[in-house]
Amino acid sequence: MGKLIKLKTPIEEEEISKLRAGEEVLLEGLIFTARDQANKRLNEFIIAKKSLPVNLYRQVIYYCGPNFKGDKFGSCGPTTSSRMDDYLEPLLSVGVKGFIGKGNRSSLVRELLRKYRGVYFLTYAGCGAYLWQFVKSYRKVAFLDLGSEAIFQLEVCNFPLIVGIDTKGEDIYKRI
Amino acid sequence: MDIEKFVYELAVRANTILRRDVLNLINKAYLEERKIQPKKTLKVILDNALCAYKNRIALCQDTGLPLVFLECGKDVKVDYILIKRVSKALERAYRKEGFRASTVTPFNFYKPRFNPDIFHIEFTNRYGLRITIFPKGFGSENKSALKMFNPTVSQQEISEFIVDAVRRAGPSACPPFFIGVGIGGTADYALLLAKKALLERVDRDGRNEDITRWEKDLLKRINSLGIGPMGLGGNFTALCVKIKLYPTHIAGLPVGVNISCHSLRSATATIRI
Ligand code: SF4
Repeated sequence: MGKLIKLKTPIEEEEISKLRAGEEVLLEGLIFTARDQANKRLNEFIIAKKSLPVNLYRQVIYYCGPNFKGDKFGSCGPTTSSRMDDYLEPLLSVGVKGFIGKGNRSSLVRELLRKYRGVYFLTYAGCGAYLWQFVKSYRKVAFLDLGSEAIFQLEVCNFPLIVGIDTKGEDIYKRI
Repeated sequence: MDIEKFVYELAVRANTILRRDVLNLINKAYLEERKIQPKKTLKVILDNALCAYKNRIALCQDTGLPLVFLECGKDVKVDYILIKRVSKALERAYRKEGFRASTVTPFNFYKPRFNPDIFHIEFTNRYGLRITIFPKGFGSENKSALKMFNPTVSQQEISEFIVDAVRRAGPSACPPFFIGVGIGGTADYALLLAKKALLERVDRDGRNEDITRWEKDLLKRINSLGIGPMGLGGNFTALCVKIKLYPTHIAGLPVGVNISCHSLRSATATIRI
């Protein structure tokens, strides 16, 4: 704790494997929102070997269903990650490197992140207005019929994260 | 004033301006916390409130199910038309202000709507129509708990049940929490009481001294769980416990627990119509 690590997407293998649970990170680049229904659909695509509507190789998924006032982007905090635990492996298998959300996750997630060398990040839960400040622009990407649950591409700068589970499977919440 | 405009403004206030009593407790925790990461998290929660207020955007992207509580005074006539107007105004506020449509029909996740039309209506001896809009997020609502105890249960056992509900809520329900507890009534009524407890001022003690003592004791036990803001530890897993009692049957003792995340949002005001 103390130092802030800068990280960019797409994620470099070398950068991500250096991260340790509990460290604070500022993220820059593009990230992709996907919550319950979008995770389910992405899984169905991957399992059916259909090509994905978005290339997620070395990318970061943000468990988030943001607000929009007309076209204006609004509050955008994380949702509970554990609901997406069962959808993790197919996404890791197509090269997703990071997941941003809130709360603790199952031991299976720890194992999978170690196996595929991915990271689970936390961000400030219930602070969607605060996080909104770090989103520079957005673009609609896929599954637009899902409304706020669609996939949006967000361009972020200094987006604050805490490493929840690192590539060694170390978990900040293990003590709970 | 036009009731639709009135409800619209209440919905905006509830979602963008954090309650003063809630803010007071978060601020107090921020000042008292010593551990760095939990302290920083509490600071971000305060910054979040400021940012939401200044930019008129939602405090949290989960703008919840907007629950409506109506307390109808003796000069107020409530009928289907009035309820529809409240409902419409709420829907319009959510749509126009960009609050998230989080309402769906079970098993049909397409085309989420804004408002599930959940009303709680009571009649009072006062004048005017007192309206409360309570946007309830589901990260914390999902952690609600109910237990039908025997009437001979000890207070100690009830305490354990409540503390356990908070433990199971864990870091994903956005701690630090506000804990509403309803004791008595029926199964459904105990949970409603628990929810209503969260609508009372959280930075002030109630009138019943025994209950206040119990609430303080529960808070201490909950805070020794060490979950803390965002699950990062420290002294503040919850910021208050509020217990409400109600008559019940001699054969039982329902206890409902309703947990609110740190983003405890509601707005109340009275309109003369
Ligand atoms: S639990 Fe509360 S603060 Fe957390 S995401 Fe849901 S509504 Fe927002």
